[in-house]
Amino acid sequence: MNPTLQETVPEKVLPQVNSEELDSSKDITTKQFGFLDSFAKKEIRRTLFKAVSIPGYQVPYSSREMPIARGFGTGGLQITLSLLGKDDVLKVIDQGSDESVNAVNIRNFISKTCPGVSLTKHTPEATIIQTRHRIPEFPLKLGQILVLQVPYPDPLVIVENSEAKRKQMHGEGDYARLWVKLYEDMVKFSEITISHRYPTRINGHYVIDPSPIPRFDVPKLHQVPGLHLFGAGREKKIYAVPPFTDAQPLTFEDVPFRVEDFTDSNGNRRPCNRCGSTDSYLDEFLDEEGSRVYQCSDSDYCNSMLMTAQ
Amino acid sequence: MGYVAIKGGENAISEATALLEFLRVNNQADPPLSINSIQHQLHALHSRVLSEGGIYHPELAGLAIKQSAGDTLEAAFYLRAYRSTCPRIGITPVQKTEQMRLIRRISAAFKEIPGGQMLGPTSDYLQRLFKFDLLKESPERFREIAKTWLENIPDEQLPDSFPKVLDSLRAEGLLPSVESKPSQPFDITREPLVFPVPRSAALATMSRAETGSLLAIAYSNMRGYGNIHPTVAELRVGYLPVMLPHPISGELMEAGNVLMTECEIVAMYRASEEDTKPTFGLGYGACFGHNEVKAISMAILDRALQKGEQQGVENPSEDSEFVLLHIDGIESMGFASHYKMPHYVTFHSDLDRLRTTQQQGEKS
Repeated sequence: MNPTLQETVPEKVLPQVNSEELDSSKDITTKQFGFLDSFAKKEIRRTLFKAVSIPGYQVPYSSREMPIARGFGTGGLQITLSLLGKDDVLKVIDQGSDESVNAVNIRNFISKTCPGVSLTKHTPEATIIQTRHRIPEFPLKLGQILVLQVPYPDPLVIVENSEAKRKQMHGEGDYARLWVKLYEDMVKFSEITISHRYPTRINGHYVIDPSPIPRFDVPKLHQVPGLHLFGAGREKKIYAVPPFTDAQPLTFEDVPFRVEDFTDSNGNRRPCNRCGSTDSYLDEFLDEEGSRVYQCSDSDYCNSMLMTAQ
Repeated sequence: MGYVAIKGGENAISEATALLEFLRVNNQADPPLSINSIQHQLHALHSRVLSEGGIYHPELAGLAIKQSAGDTLEAAFYLRAYRSTCPRIGITPVQKTEQMRLIRRISAAFKEIPGGQMLGPTSDYLQRLFKFDLLKESPERFREIAKTWLENIPDEQLPDSFPKVLDSLRAEGLLPSVESKPSQPFDITREPLVFPVPRSAALATMSRAETGSLLAIAYSNMRGYGNIHPTVAELRVGYLPVMLPHPISGELMEAGNVLMTECEIVAMYRASEEDTKPTFGLGYGACFGHNEVKAISMAILDRALQKGEQQGVENPSEDSEFVLLHIDGIESMGFASHYKMPHYVTFHSDLDRLRTTQQQGEKS
């Protein structure tokens, strides 16, 4: 509105702002344990119960806006904040690393809003692990919860645009078009071209998008003692792979599921350049001289292997 | 050899934050921007952020603009994140926009409307020529403009409320009749959108949508991807008294008021179902702040979405999933930004597939 006009409008019709209530001591982030109010946490916990009860089913929830951007892990963050108690031990990773900028940022936010929660970088010590793009190399134990950040909750999105139609397809267990997509890949490329976010059938019914973990991590979802919770904040869905549940990547009988290949030109499995491990997912990068180097993507695993070797 | 695959971390973040803050204060010649200046001198920007932030808090909207250095997406984001921490303490009854204390009101449908047209503060008929004297505006000159304007306003008392243009059309039977029992509005902040969604969910989503996104999809409709042939029956801007029941007596009382823009369009009629007369279609748009382009875009999309629901989707602007899931600025900007984050693991996985597929190609 015109700046001068305000002075002509009777006092009573102008917006009243009570400046006294706005000061830094009211900074909400330091006042409320876990940032979210208790109604929001309750909604998420109820959603989690439903998700665990119907393995692989995407449960819609309202998904509050968080102070970090959509796409940076707000779905995972809301789950973590709803679960954390003061006796929990939290680990946050991104790309397998505790030191990645986004992991550091999320960990800082959680430690600021959840005073009393212990932080760790060592997978076996954690009760809750929030992660983006990786499942840690150390197998999950009973009682451990892995919270995965999810950009695309629905594996059917590659074959069907409409969410309403996808919901029906899931309900009917109709994954025919997904199978056709895999088949067409074989016809065109003699390979299934899906690299990460590999469609995985949970408990024999719902097919999930396991989040952008590499295919290397998909078998880690199958029949393990830990609980996996998936949070898609922007898309407002939560789903779960409970402990000791079947998780089968979609494949044909005569086309085995294959994880990323780390063999060198001589046919040997590449070791980690740092710890020497030959059973971990490797990051590939160029060193200062421009030669290709391979190193564990899971920084905690790499450090632990190095310690054990010494 | 250290762990080199990913580094940066804590120090990098805090240094980057400090550098960003320095950019804001880098010009020491000027005084810091006051929230008051933002609210008044940048009122268009302020209105936009207020509406996209989805919480009516003019002072915090000003702070959000200051903190985000004028980035509308970021500023609205601050308000939304703040909103997440506010518990819902009650639900207002339906507010009547007839009660709006108007600063502007126009109709493109009729030359004369009950209560009269009131142009109010509008940029519509400005000639967009620079006022070069504003390059160096003195405080004296600044105050002078206000003083002159105030001295010259006629002493005239406006009525407290104006009738709605649509009411007269409705009385003539040119509009569909209103449902006698309005259903409880859908609260998009407490419930996820599961399609198909009620109209109130669509309206709420559009009301806090990003202006540019809403405009782009509405414009596609205007240009011919499903043109609904809109006419602005009434566009009003003003302060809407917010009525709440008194905590003890339960009587409705005015708790405050909000600056709002409301737009009602009528769209070309179509053959209706059996046994009823054909009528014009209606589209409704409303948002916080003074945002006319947004309110008009919203009204057009409201009509287009209803058309899609009744007659089947033929254009993007008629598809409620397409429209409602792609107009939220906080969501779309967040996802666009997330591509800047490390994707080492997934990219390596992509490389693995491409290399293997290339090898398969060589073999065959």
